[in-house]
Amino acid sequence: MLSFIGRSVVQKTITLFFVSIVSFLIIHLAPGSPSQVDPLNPKFTPEMVERFQKEFHLDKPLYVQYIYFYRDLFTGKTVSWKDNQSVLKKIWERFLNSLPLFVVGTLITWTLSFPVGIRSAIFRGGIYDRSATFISYVLISIPGFFFAYVLIILVVTYFHVPVIGMITFGIGDAPATYLFMDRIWHLLLPSMLGATGGIAVLSRYVRSQMLEVEGQDYIRTAKAKGLPPEQVHYKHALRNALLPFVTMFGLILPGLIGGSVIIESIFSWPGMGRMAYEAILARDYPVILTVNFVSAVLVLAGTFISDLLYLVVDPRIRL
Amino acid sequence: MIDGQTTNDRPLLCVENLKVYFQSNGEHAHAVDGISFEVRKKETVCIVGESGCGKTVSALSILGLIPTPPGEIVDGQIIFSGQNLIKLDEKAMQKIRGNHISMVFQEPLTSLNPVFTIGDQIGEAVYTHKQIEPEALFQYCVQLLNDVGIPSPKQRLNDYPHQLSGGQRQRVMIAMALACDPDLIIADEPTTALDVTVQAQILALLKSIQKKRSMSVLYISHDLGVVSAIANRIYVMYAGIIVEQGNTAQIFRAARHPYTQGLLASLPSLSKRGKRLYSIPGNVPNPAYKPDGCPFHPRCRHRILSCQKEYPGMCDYGEGHLARCPVLFKSKGYKASRIQGVK
Amino acid sequence: MVEKKLNNDFYIESPLPPKRTRMQEVRRLFGQNRLAILGLFIFILFFFCAVTGLFLTSGSRPVFDPAMVRLQEKLRPPLAKPNLDSLQPQEVPALGVYLMGTDDLGRDVFARMLQGAWVSLTVGFVAVGISVLIGIFMGGIAGYFGQHHIRTDQVLFTFALILGTGLVIANFTFIGTVFLLLCLAYIFYSLFARHGSTEKETPALKAMFHSNAVSIDTLIMRIVDIMLCFPSFFLILTVVALLPASIYNIMIVIGLTSWMGTTRFVRAEFLSLREQDFVAAAKALGLSNFRIIFRHIMPNAIAPVLVSATIGIASAILTEAGLSFLGFGVPPPHATWGNILSNGKNFIFDAPWLTFIPGIAILIVVLSFNLFGEGLRDVMNPKLRERH
Repeated sequence: MLSFIGRSVVQKTITLFFVSIVSFLIIHLAPGSPSQVDPLNPKFTPEMVERFQKEFHLDKPLYVQYIYFYRDLFTGKTVSWKDNQSVLKKIWERFLNSLPLFVVGTLITWTLSFPVGIRSAIFRGGIYDRSATFISYVLISIPGFFFAYVLIILVVTYFHVPVIGMITFGIGDAPATYLFMDRIWHLLLPSMLGATGGIAVLSRYVRSQMLEVEGQDYIRTAKAKGLPPEQVHYKHALRNALLPFVTMFGLILPGLIGGSVIIESIFSWPGMGRMAYEAILARDYPVILTVNFVSAVLVLAGTFISDLLYLVVDPRIRL
Repeated sequence: MIDGQTTNDRPLLCVENLKVYFQSNGEHAHAVDGISFEVRKKETVCIVGESGCGKTVSALSILGLIPTPPGEIVDGQIIFSGQNLIKLDEKAMQKIRGNHISMVFQEPLTSLNPVFTIGDQIGEAVYTHKQIEPEALFQYCVQLLNDVGIPSPKQRLNDYPHQLSGGQRQRVMIAMALACDPDLIIADEPTTALDVTVQAQILALLKSIQKKRSMSVLYISHDLGVVSAIANRIYVMYAGIIVEQGNTAQIFRAARHPYTQGLLASLPSLSKRGKRLYSIPGNVPNPAYKPDGCPFHPRCRHRILSCQKEYPGMCDYGEGHLARCPVLFKSKGYKASRIQGVK
Repeated sequence: MVEKKLNNDFYIESPLPPKRTRMQEVRRLFGQNRLAILGLFIFILFFFCAVTGLFLTSGSRPVFDPAMVRLQEKLRPPLAKPNLDSLQPQEVPALGVYLMGTDDLGRDVFARMLQGAWVSLTVGFVAVGISVLIGIFMGGIAGYFGQHHIRTDQVLFTFALILGTGLVIANFTFIGTVFLLLCLAYIFYSLFARHGSTEKETPALKAMFHSNAVSIDTLIMRIVDIMLCFPSFFLILTVVALLPASIYNIMIVIGLTSWMGTTRFVRAEFLSLREQDFVAAAKALGLSNFRIIFRHIMPNAIAPVLVSATIGIASAILTEAGLSFLGFGVPPPHATWGNILSNGKNFIFDAPWLTFIPGIAILIVVLSFNLFGEGLRDVMNPKLRERH
């Protein structure tokens, strides 16, 4: 077990190292330069440009810049070029905004997908299965931004519920319950939007796993023992069908930093996705690289956790 | 008991004219096309046949385990302890499965759930049908494992299926089947997936258990060697019908159907040493495209014209020995009137 | 002792099921899945629309003009008749009516939709084509040659080559040329140098250079892992934002960032197929590796690739629409379904058709690809085929 952990950590660190190099190269080798050092930009005088370059080592060769950047990253001193704030602090603030969206979305997705998928599998071919399948297909195929607008029109016209932003503008000093309810209202639509696509995909996957397990011989043995159908499906079949999903738990981690750019744009939600998008447009290299690095760390950590979980959950795998 | 005579005469399981058809991909397959057999108390009955003849389907339909969208029990009845199992609803069947009739399957590795321990799975079988306290349950399971000959049962109960050998897994399956003291055990080729030496052990185990617990065994196999060792009575199946039935001596020494004769002729033995091994020419027919008349006629050396047109009835050779071939029946000099219209 | 010859002349054939060709088999299986047929049908319709749309809307005097601005006719609803008094003769729409209305600049939405159809089609197919090609290549190499190792000297050589080229490009000419010369020298050495083959012991240095560094399988899978560390939409967004906007850039970028799934599938299939007897037989016949991979193994491994390709086209179309929506992608005034929708979002209450028409069009096309892909998966999956 320990050797597996050790080997895994070493491999992932090496991958992380390569990821950092690749992302650095992509950013710096792309055409166009940050607005702060663009010679055509009228806002910055040549002296300012030169000072900027010296401060951020832009005149040094690439590998030196690389070392400087990562040294600053690990000591927490990276600074955004756009507004001079500390990058880590900026990311943390936006992360806290994205977090409730992510948590609620994931919760809705996972709690709804499983019953739908399991029921579809047990009553395969029935009305429930066929309609759930068709709805899933539609949800996977609908473009997110289109669906968002449809929902917004519906909700605003019929329910008169506020949808844009995180809190209603001007709510000010309303009592705490109002504030809380307001937050929930604003959270509802964007997280549901994020969840619908996820539910469609996940429930199909749950269904296909359940179907595969239900066809196995040990389910026939369970029936032959005279077990009631609830025990056959929910104890014997489900326990086996859930194995891959336990490992998928670990892979939720990278979603933390994902955040959908599109949803956040539509709802004016100040989250991570929007920040990364604006940073890309402004060529704010420190922010882009830091976000990239953090996301890579999360992906690798997520796969590591899911490998570990797989070890724990499946008795057939022992190292 | 004065009445003992009659109750002992009534068979434990009586299958009459069972027909199971499968509908898939536009093909209508007659997997089981009207078979009748019975199992009496304390006896071992074997159903013998090649792969694809419908023997597993027959066994599964006794317990109602045929998947119903493609498969369907079209006709017949299965009488067990006075009830027709086909007419019972799911809840009533659950009381019978594992309890009065239990089944041992062919592949022990895939037939055991890989994520639960052996103790879990055996205990479950017991707990569902009997009311035993949890403390007593453990002891009961240990005793079961002892009965099937697994060493150090207390440790084994906490093991997972993949940690046991093939023979041990099959013993565990037998233990699960025995858990509630059934009247009938159906064994579907339990030794096919095992080594020959282990095979012999499992067969010996089945025999001793049967004697000890006074159970009946319905044993499905394609291996005549195995069958000769344990069977009291044998039914030979071909293409979904029973072509010959009788006790072991009658079948092995005086087979009266060309198919059975062909099977026996193709068994390797010392007397055939150095000679070419016989095999029945041709192949088992596709269940969806069976020949007219007698299903065996394309491969039969005794075929006459009427074999291609008329479906043969069972011919009675006396003392429970029946064979479905009027040609051989007549050629042995039996009177035509003894041909029964039994299907 | 004469062996008695067994007379098997009595044997006649049992009736056989009707022989079906592979095509008939596929058609029959497909026929059972109505939704998949519907998907295929809609796809053919879409393809036809896109191709004719390209011809009808391009050139200097197109039949349906997507770029003609008629400010006096802005935001007309679908099926509205044009106001003939205010229009010049060449500005009147071809069919005498605005089939899908006009946008905020008075342009004919129907013409723009036709133009955008072609964009969606090509982006989908080219992007997926690129990703499938890369995926098959990488997956095939990883699966087939997986256990072969790369020697240390080969690794060093590749590093030196890349470093040398990079340095030369970055104007460090001197150091760059030094590295490149080293590479050249190595090539000469390995090709022409006499090996002292009578020596039993290879010198330690040489042995170290010839040692195995990493297996091909590990190398390729690590590359896949690295690519997977980048959240895909961000990567596409980054590259598209940084590069000049053009349809080709988008296609290439989407293709270059979605090959990882195909690689995994192909590698898995190759790993299992490689152990099968037909490969051993082919090798025993002396066939070259190339021929074995492409002629024998590939047709068997192609099934999951086809399924993921169909679904990949759907996802590429959605991605392109998303990128257009955010403002990247094909530059205006060229229409894509994404930017019609993006324009329309500002007028959502006044002119809902600007949002709904492209949205529903995207939905139907993507849905048809997904249905077709799932139908393909059911057809090709032998396990699912037996059950009902």
